[in-house]
Amino acid sequence: MFYIYPDLSVFAERPLVNSLLKNILYTVLSGLLILANNEVQGKSLTLLNASYDPTREFYRDFNREFSAYWNSKTGQKISVRQSHGGSGKQARSVIDGLRADVVTLALAYDIDEIARKSKRLPANWQSKLPHQSSPYTSTIVFLVRQGNPKNIKDWPDLARPGVQVISPNPKTSGGARWNYLAAWGYIVQKETGGLDSLNYLKPEKISTAAQSKAKDFVQKVFKNVPVLDAGARASANTFIQRGIGDVLITWENEALLTLREIKNAHFEIVVPSVSILAEPPVALIEKNAKRKGTYDAAKAYLRYLYTPKAQTLAAKHFFRPIYPDSVNKKILNTFKPIKTFNLQQIFVNWTTAQKTHFSDGGVFDQIYLNY
Amino acid sequence: MLARNTKKRSILPGFGLSLGYTLTYLGLIVLLPLSTLAFKTSTLGLQGFFDVLTSLRVLKSFQLTLLVSLAAALINTFFGFLIAWFLVRIPFPGKKIIDALIDLPFALPTAVSGIALTTIYAPNGILGKPLMDIGIKVAYTPIGITLALILIGLPFVVRTVQPALEELEPELEEAALSLGASSWVTFYKIIFPFLLPSLLTGFTLAFARSIGEYGSVVFIAGNMPLKTEITSLLIITKLEQYDYTGATAIASGMLILSFTLLLLINLLQSWTSKRLKGL
Repeated sequence: MFYIYPDLSVFAERPLVNSLLKNILYTVLSGLLILANNEVQGKSLTLLNASYDPTREFYRDFNREFSAYWNSKTGQKISVRQSHGGSGKQARSVIDGLRADVVTLALAYDIDEIARKSKRLPANWQSKLPHQSSPYTSTIVFLVRQGNPKNIKDWPDLARPGVQVISPNPKTSGGARWNYLAAWGYIVQKETGGLDSLNYLKPEKISTAAQSKAKDFVQKVFKNVPVLDAGARASANTFIQRGIGDVLITWENEALLTLREIKNAHFEIVVPSVSILAEPPVALIEKNAKRKGTYDAAKAYLRYLYTPKAQTLAAKHFFRPIYPDSVNKKILNTFKPIKTFNLQQIFVNWTTAQKTHFSDGGVFDQIYLNY
Repeated sequence: MLARNTKKRSILPGFGLSLGYTLTYLGLIVLLPLSTLAFKTSTLGLQGFFDVLTSLRVLKSFQLTLLVSLAAALINTFFGFLIAWFLVRIPFPGKKIIDALIDLPFALPTAVSGIALTTIYAPNGILGKPLMDIGIKVAYTPIGITLALILIGLPFVVRTVQPALEELEPELEEAALSLGASSWVTFYKIIFPFLLPSLLTGFTLAFARSIGEYGSVVFIAGNMPLKTEITSLLIITKLEQYDYTGATAIASGMLILSFTLLLLINLLQSWTSKRLKGL
């Protein structure tokens, strides 16, 4: 990458065209120098991590940790650049040619699409790292107004008439898809005899009666949504700043962050009895890394996410660590105990879930359109 | 061969050069991206193209987008004219500041104007609350969308009408008045026909800008399917599903529709300016 430090003082002294030319020359030369420095001498490396919005603070800290670790291990200087945005948008950037070495996104479907469309990583990417390539997890909880005036305790309360629910649009937001699937899964596990029964029941064997009850329920919940924002942060804004709605369905990490960041926040977190285990996955974009000569570093970067240090950092930033034993008990106290099911137990996999529920004319669309 | 012929015939110097750079520039900046749009859409086939465009949701979004854009452009044409009139005709200390204010919507990132408008017109906002009390909901309704489009479209009308007004000689009005025309007749017969072409241009620009607007609208629209879902949002929705061809199909459909409309308005405009020259 080019690092440009234009010297603005030249504009003050010289005629414009002259100084522009000089500036361009200067920029190109210094760019080439940096390139030469990076790639010929091979002393310093740059990784690009394309991530989704809520991980901004976590990866800022993690990148610092990793650079120090890598430097002490190999003597090589490494800097990690971050790019944040909606999960789907980031995936499209990589498909369209963004040279990210690694992606750390909100849901596996987006990485599946990168594999399918760009073929820059193998289709079985999810089996390359422990815990289905999700080094940290989160879940879906509720944020309500102080004192919980509408007495919202669990999922069924969201379907009550007169309760206004705020969630982004599952068609445009990855987080909202987790919201929707959590609500659906809650009913399915209830109808099939509780969470434990899911351990013995294959997703294909879930009765149509349970599925149709879930559909009714999710429709009722989304009928209570007055504003469908495009993304998770926009929805949080609608709930917090605009004062609209009685309950916000959101990532647990975002809810905890909200309570910490907004002083005198007049909000409370309500943890439902059962929710979904949201697993934001990470993956190495192998072809990009090989081409840039960063393969080993990028691979180590992702592996480092599973170390006790990284797990502690994740927990500090409100992501649930997958190895809680390696994290200080005090930090873990932020997380309320919650019973969860995972996506595979009810929806087979992301591609199937996406096709059934969120594609055009899918179950979500039928809430609004009667095809 | 064509170039040589025209070169011979043309008495203007530099014709070949200016034609050359105009076509190259337009080709690179406008036509090339648009042709990829057409190319991507063509992979869908005619039937698929029509299926995408005639789905209820897409039709509803076309309807909404065109209606709110039309409403915003009409309102802007009226008030933009009044503001331009004020800026040109009425001396006023500090007018330069107001004049500069007009361009702000150009400079502001559209998301910023969208969020700002939503803050003010949301049910708990300083204007949204009293309006809500008298039963008018602005944010998250088509009214809110129109408002956002009015904001971003205003400079187009003011900036096109202003120069025309400056050119309009006061002698024309004085002559009309001294010949016994009432002020209404003077406006209707003298001023309005003279300004009509620039008003139409301003209207067209504001309208075209509104049709494609995304950033400022998504925040205030509420994005409810079939109700407040604009076409640009549907394009993003398709992209989120990695349905690139579906997205380009909607974009192409919108483009054809707006191109037709713009062409009609341009024809109308050239007709009115011809009439003006005949006067």
